[in-house]
Amino acid sequence: MSGSVRDKRLYLEDLTVSFDGFKALNKLTLYVDPGEMLCIIGPNGAGKTTMMDVITGKTRPDSGTAWFGSGIDLLKLSEAEIVAAGIGRKFQKPTVFERLTVFENLELALAGSRSFLKTLRARITPEQRRRIDEVLEIIGLVGQRGSLGRILAHGQKQWLEIGMLLMQNPELLLVDEPVAGMTPQEIERTAELLLSLAGGHSVVVVEHDMAFVRSIARRVTVLHEGRVIAEGDMDTVQRDAKVKEVYLGV
Amino acid sequence: MAQNKQEAFTLWNPTSSGDRGGAWFLGVLALVAVAVPVLNQLVPATSATHLSPYGITLIGKYLCYGMLAMAVDLIWGYCGILSLGHAAFFSLGGYAMGMYLMRQIGRRGVYGDPILPDFMVFLNYKLLPWFWHGFNHFPFALAMLVLVPALLALVFGWFAFRSRVTGVYFSIITQALTFALMLAFFRNDMGFGGNNGFTDFKEIVGFDLHSDRTRVVLLLVTAAALAASYKACRAIVESRAGRVMHAIRDAESRTRFLGYPVESFKLWIFVFSAITAGVAGALYVPQIGIINPSEFAPINSIEAVIWVAVGGRGTLYGAIAGAVLVNYAKTYLTGAFPEVWLFALGALFVLVTLFLPRGIVGLVGARGKDK
Repeated sequence: MSGSVRDKRLYLEDLTVSFDGFKALNKLTLYVDPGEMLCIIGPNGAGKTTMMDVITGKTRPDSGTAWFGSGIDLLKLSEAEIVAAGIGRKFQKPTVFERLTVFENLELALAGSRSFLKTLRARITPEQRRRIDEVLEIIGLVGQRGSLGRILAHGQKQWLEIGMLLMQNPELLLVDEPVAGMTPQEIERTAELLLSLAGGHSVVVVEHDMAFVRSIARRVTVLHEGRVIAEGDMDTVQRDAKVKEVYLGV
Repeated sequence: MAQNKQEAFTLWNPTSSGDRGGAWFLGVLALVAVAVPVLNQLVPATSATHLSPYGITLIGKYLCYGMLAMAVDLIWGYCGILSLGHAAFFSLGGYAMGMYLMRQIGRRGVYGDPILPDFMVFLNYKLLPWFWHGFNHFPFALAMLVLVPALLALVFGWFAFRSRVTGVYFSIITQALTFALMLAFFRNDMGFGGNNGFTDFKEIVGFDLHSDRTRVVLLLVTAAALAASYKACRAIVESRAGRVMHAIRDAESRTRFLGYPVESFKLWIFVFSAITAGVAGALYVPQIGIINPSEFAPINSIEAVIWVAVGGRGTLYGAIAGAVLVNYAKTYLTGAFPEVWLFALGALFVLVTLFLPRGIVGLVGARGKDK
């Protein structure tokens, strides 16, 4: 750790959120570096989803601070403004537009004006088409560009949704349980996809699947009862006595 | 090369299947526009193929209903908003046209008053109510038949969409809207002729409404308006905005999360749809020769939705086909077996919902593209 708190991508400090007296987050402090791949694990109720909700503006904390870079106070922005600032979130359950094609799903996710009159006249530019092709390549759905969203396999829907996030070129990607319900092949493919994104983007993954976490994470953060109890590479946290007690159940 | 790719992609695109159905529809419409004048004006009245004035009126009515159905389909089939109050916009457009036609009667009314329509003389009006001014000018009436439905849709939609009233709740309040308007228009002191509404029209922009030639021209104007509004609706649904509408129907909150102002999209489409319905109503009144508050009846709006369901939602031309077919059946059944019509309509709706989710059009063009 480089003692300096400068040059981080995301700063969460002393975040506390309570629901009817239950502290979902309890003075949570966490930093994400630019281009880093961070995995967050923890038992149910550890505060993982609440933390994502705070970052994306869905839930407001009782106290604490959340900064995106050193200039953007996330607690002052609306959900839409946070998206525009460059934070993309992928929800647990994939929601793609079922009756639009893969290409059209990505088209709607393109950065650009969202007003009715502008979209009424919008034509796809060659540059936008290139960007869509590029993302299709990254998420491995080139062959499905003309298929309707609803005929995609579960894993493909997840990748499409990640692709839709990428269209807006976010600096920080929050990914909630990406491999739940996937086949081993799909899991492997997803690991490759997420790893290829780290570097260009900061990626925060919340996941239960330990084998998956081990395969992608350089740094793992363990949450328990709304606070960080351990941090480090997978082997370090797995050896940690506290982690063993609360999470790995050994 | 990129162009070829784009074309290959378009073939797969369910929102723009090259619009073969639309081409068919416009072809049939053109055929009607040619056949009606020929069969009415050129074929002698003694011939069996002569088209009677009643026949022209009937066809004109079907086309107006087709336009109303298309307006319903635009918001229901594409945007997922089920309006059960679209007959209200249709009726308002009709009333705006009716006000113009009433003022055209002038001295030829039963009471011979140069300014006041008959019903006002009958109800002891001394002065023309303020909102009747200007309706003696045709362009003013044209503006009103667009603006009044648009304004109502704008205000109503703004409140409804902003409060995120969706689904069945939206359907119910639109029923309430049209019901409230019906009750209001039934009142004599509203200044719209109470339960009798407007009738006994004489002429439109100087042409006798009872002559066959005027009837033919009105029908041609209706056909042209239907074709033009079809083209406009088609352009909307095939634009990126149309794809956003699909997205709203499929996953509204996801669309919002992508940054689209969902409420604003709904409002624009709702207003456009209301204007289309209003124009249809305005074309309906001079052909049918009467407009009264029963046009606001909740059942009328529900029937329009049934036409769309029967024809096939989300295609535009399917809605028009549904309107024509169901109304043809209605004309026939209410003549031959008046008591079975409502049962037949109900049964039709149930059967279509159960066995033909994509309507008659889906049955004809079942190529599995949308599967």
